[in-house]
Amino acid sequence: MHGLSFDIAHMLAGSLVLVSFLMLYQVRLTALLHVLALHALVLAASVAWQAHIQDAPHLYVTAAMALGFKALLIPWALRRIVFRLGIHREIETVGGIGLTMLGGMALVALSLQVMLPVTAMSDPVAREDIALALSVVLIGLLMMVTRRNAVSQVVGFLSLENGIILAATGARGMPLVVEISVAFSVLIAFIVVGIFLFRIRERFDTVDVGALDEVRGGRA
Amino acid sequence: MNGIALAGAGWGGQGLLAALLIQAGQMALVLLAAPLLVGIVRKAKARLQRRRGASVLQPYRDLRRLLGKEVVLAENASWLFRTAPYAIFAATWVAAALVPTFATGLIFSWTGDLIVITALLGGARFALALAGMDIGTSFGGLGASREVMIASLAEPAMLMLVFCVAIVAGSTQLSSVAAYMLTQPVGLRVSLALALVALCIVAVAENGRVPVDNPATHLELTMVHEAMVLEYSGRHLAMIELASALKLLLFASLIGCLFFPFGLAHAGSAWTGYLLAIGLWCGKLLVMAGLLGTLELSIAKMRVFRVPNFLGAAFMFGLLGVLLLFVSRGM
Amino acid sequence: MALIGPAFGSFALLAALGVVLGRHAAGRWLVYGGSLLACLLLLATGIGALDAPPETLVLPVGLPWTGAHLRLDPLSGAFLALIGIGGAGASLFAVGYGRDEHAPQRVLPFYPAFLAGMTLVVLADDAFSFLFAWELMSLASWALVMADHRPDATARAGYVYLLMATFSGMTLLLAFGLLAGTGGGYAFAQMRAAQPAPFIAGLAFALALIGTGAKAGLVPLQVWLPLAHPAAPSHVSALMSGVMTKVAIYGFLRIVLDLLGAAAWWQAVVVLALGGITAVFGVLQAVMERDLKRLLACSTIENVGIVFVAIGLAMAFRANGIAGGAALALTAALFHCLNHTLFKSLLFQVSGAVLVATGTRDLERLGGLIHRLPVTAIAALVGCAAIAALPPLNGFASEWLIFQAVLLRPDLPQWGLKLMLPVDGALLALAAALAAACFVRAYGIVFLGRPRSEAAAVAQEVDPVSRAAMLIFAALCALAGLFPGVVIDALAPVVQPFAGGRMPVQLGEDWLTVVPVDAARGTYNGLLVGVFILGSAALAAAAVHRLGSRAVRRGPAWDCGFPDPRPITQYGGDSFAQPLRRVFGSVVFQTQEQVDMPRPGEMRAAAIVKSIRDPVWDLLYVPLGGFVARLSDRMNGLQFLTIRRYLGFVFAMLIVLLLALTVTQ
Repeated sequence: MHGLSFDIAHMLAGSLVLVSFLMLYQVRLTALLHVLALHALVLAASVAWQAHIQDAPHLYVTAAMALGFKALLIPWALRRIVFRLGIHREIETVGGIGLTMLGGMALVALSLQVMLPVTAMSDPVAREDIALALSVVLIGLLMMVTRRNAVSQVVGFLSLENGIILAATGARGMPLVVEISVAFSVLIAFIVVGIFLFRIRERFDTVDVGALDEVRGGRA
Repeated sequence: MNGIALAGAGWGGQGLLAALLIQAGQMALVLLAAPLLVGIVRKAKARLQRRRGASVLQPYRDLRRLLGKEVVLAENASWLFRTAPYAIFAATWVAAALVPTFATGLIFSWTGDLIVITALLGGARFALALAGMDIGTSFGGLGASREVMIASLAEPAMLMLVFCVAIVAGSTQLSSVAAYMLTQPVGLRVSLALALVALCIVAVAENGRVPVDNPATHLELTMVHEAMVLEYSGRHLAMIELASALKLLLFASLIGCLFFPFGLAHAGSAWTGYLLAIGLWCGKLLVMAGLLGTLELSIAKMRVFRVPNFLGAAFMFGLLGVLLLFVSRGM
Repeated sequence: MALIGPAFGSFALLAALGVVLGRHAAGRWLVYGGSLLACLLLLATGIGALDAPPETLVLPVGLPWTGAHLRLDPLSGAFLALIGIGGAGASLFAVGYGRDEHAPQRVLPFYPAFLAGMTLVVLADDAFSFLFAWELMSLASWALVMADHRPDATARAGYVYLLMATFSGMTLLLAFGLLAGTGGGYAFAQMRAAQPAPFIAGLAFALALIGTGAKAGLVPLQVWLPLAHPAAPSHVSALMSGVMTKVAIYGFLRIVLDLLGAAAWWQAVVVLALGGITAVFGVLQAVMERDLKRLLACSTIENVGIVFVAIGLAMAFRANGIAGGAALALTAALFHCLNHTLFKSLLFQVSGAVLVATGTRDLERLGGLIHRLPVTAIAALVGCAAIAALPPLNGFASEWLIFQAVLLRPDLPQWGLKLMLPVDGALLALAAALAAACFVRAYGIVFLGRPRSEAAAVAQEVDPVSRAAMLIFAALCALAGLFPGVVIDALAPVVQPFAGGRMPVQLGEDWLTVVPVDAARGTYNGLLVGVFILGSAALAAAAVHRLGSRAVRRGPAWDCGFPDPRPITQYGGDSFAQPLRRVFGSVVFQTQEQVDMPRPGEMRAAAIVKSIRDPVWDLLYVPLGGFVARLSDRMNGLQFLTIRRYLGFVFAMLIVLLLALTVTQ
């Protein structure tokens, strides 16, 4: 693989990192869900391109799943939840977008620093892809750490999972079964979280996870 | 190898005169085309709003009217207030003359590179912000204060994307960069995509367009550029308006020259090549004017303190691009 | 070297004269005039030494078995010339400015001593002379800081300054001790020849960085600088900011590039990181500062950071054997030193002029001075534009070179450098943009708008000598920006021995274009940019006046139809900085604002309270101070022991030392 096909693969992986940054930047919940859909869309494109250049048809299934579940179904469902909870106008109080994004930059630098020397033996495409995928995972984690709203924590989790899939497709040879099981586990996790959201909301009248800490603090 | 030898190398027999002619032609062309671009953007916005809108030639008429009027100066205006419009115009014009619009290898292109262009625009802003503070009104200070806040992030973002492009092309010289992009198989690079996004954000902010500032409003508490020039009138205002039109054209040409350099003529092209290049350049400008108009209509203006986040994102994108380039160079 | 003797002699004589004639007007003329001449001698010597082989001189003073070694090589020459320029400017300005001094007898004796100390630092060729000169410089400047000793702020500034100066001297002492090794070769020639082990070299590097960085103002050792520099009389502030920080940078260059020899790449990373942080931290402090002279001192911190970034680049390139890059970066560093001396001297002179004319340096009490001090205003505008790195002035030329050095080699092999270089590029870009914002604010608030106090409204232009000094420096800023090639070529022999190469010869280029590496990589022509800007401005003005209207009418300001004549309605220094404070300050300085707005009907005034915390104080010095206080409380008990116990301690110490000796041998 060389030339343009490498460039496009690299470009798509880079775009995924870019969209992750957009996610860190967004504070409005509905806009955040749009970005999540975009994230999955880029992932689907990236996986489809890998399927094309690796000539691995099963990856098309992965791409289709990413498109169907993650780009359409889950954002739509989350959007419904947000509207039903009546928090679609809420603006999250994040501790400084600039700082969070700086942290994201540092994470990207870290993952490049860590992955590139470690994978020195494998082929260059997989190397950069894995480094970028690790960045996506770390930024997803960062998002979960810095956000207070449970919905955006779910979004962070989903973007993290997208990063894992990107790494897997780049590394050639993740079996379809694993792929499907991962997808379903995510779906189940999503359902569980969705139910929890409503339960939290019923009990505490908010989805701010800080409220949960207060309860625990009260009992301790 | 020295500057002139490089720039003049392609000229061969045509000689210095033709080269000077091309340079002068470009300087005159940007000056003449700038108000038209503003007119086209306004027209595009009007049509998208289903208004008929003013003629695309309206900015010219405005300039002519302003030039003919007398200047009303505030009582305590100093010499700085009166000279600033010309300084702003000159710095912007020189910067615009350094950007290859339709041809690379201009004879004076070695006078300055992309960093110099950035700094010249910074100089124009320095003068404008000072002029805004000269009368000592609340609006002038407000505009200047917000302008430097925006610039303190827009300028580094601009420099970061300059770095990005310069590392890819191995040069900060615009002509060399454009030539590199044209001739070498650059392909799609993540860093360049990041740089393009950053440049678009910076261009929107530097030109005071929606969502950072609104060029169409007056007397609104969120305004920036219009607040600084509130005390200007007559020919002074005409110079400032012309300078801001030039700046819009400069950024449009810059995006075209860095990221869509196809069709640029180079030193020694035939006359038909130049004509074709001018035509293509006009086409690129039209597309960008349409896109800008659409963008301005589809989003709302930001709160002032959202702007730093917006520009900070551009800065981060630029930095990320440079970081990726530095890291992937070692492979 | 021949001119050095007379220069030193005159400094000594002038210091003596200052003691005798301290209270007479003649004393001011003699001391400052004499210093001016001696500085011009230094300048001539320094320029002469740039292109000459090194000269050495051993004087039979100092330590009995070494003597005082002096050496004049191109690096010393460059900094000697810098002291000459800065000293001459400050002396010329002081001839006029000194008239308004409160207590000239407290300034005059120390001023020549300060100059002599700095001169001796750059000439010293052994550790003893170097440290002696370093302490002379520190103590003389301390005395000058304490010239106006009555305000509490000055006492605090003097205390902090003395503490930091002592600390700096002590670390340098240790660094030289390590460099001299067990053989005790205290002459620089012996240190140069020695090959210390990597660990020792690294330790010596760290100590040298701390010792010289404390004097130059590297974060986190910069805390004394915004206190001490403004407390001194303005011409001394100009010397401290414009010249003494450069002498400290000289110390760093001499120890790290010359005495230590080849540096490891991690040292470059440390210097790059500290330099970048210092640049941004300094300018962020400057942009929020309300006191004009403190603002300038904070901006000095920023410029020191920029110079250290350039030095770090040079070290990185040298560690990788890239001679061209090292030459480019080191030339840029030295060029920026010169530029900073020029514009910071100019701006401190301006602050002195403003202080004389209005009696205040508080931004909130100034304004509109462009009408009252027309000449000072022009010089100040040039200085502000130069320090804001606007083409075609000198600040831009050197920053442009530094940017070119950052972009030169993205393929350095070390990971630390790979990550540090782009980050430093971003920090420099941020610092440059914030410096422009800072000086728009400074100039706009001080010179433009309407006067914010009675004193500013009736200010009078300063005396002709001071005005001449400011105009000369403004012209120098412009010249260095228009002809950067001349300076770059002059610095080539200075850079050559340390970088192992030089930048291309600039004076051969057509139209005096600056070509850092080769023409395809990027070129800059300050002269043509200047000519083009002036030309097109003149063309536009002529065309508009000819073709359009030339009528002018004066009227009240428009201000959207609600002009309010009270000066308080215009933006002030604090309000101008508010957006920046909110964007950057909330992250770095934990700035907070509280608006206390009375409800309708209440008669009290509205108030806004802002708080700024300095993270360096909070995180480093306050805990450190607390630790020292606790420790001394513990030690306090030691003062009340019996004689037998004291003897016991002495005996135990002796045994421990003897044991240590047996173990190490």
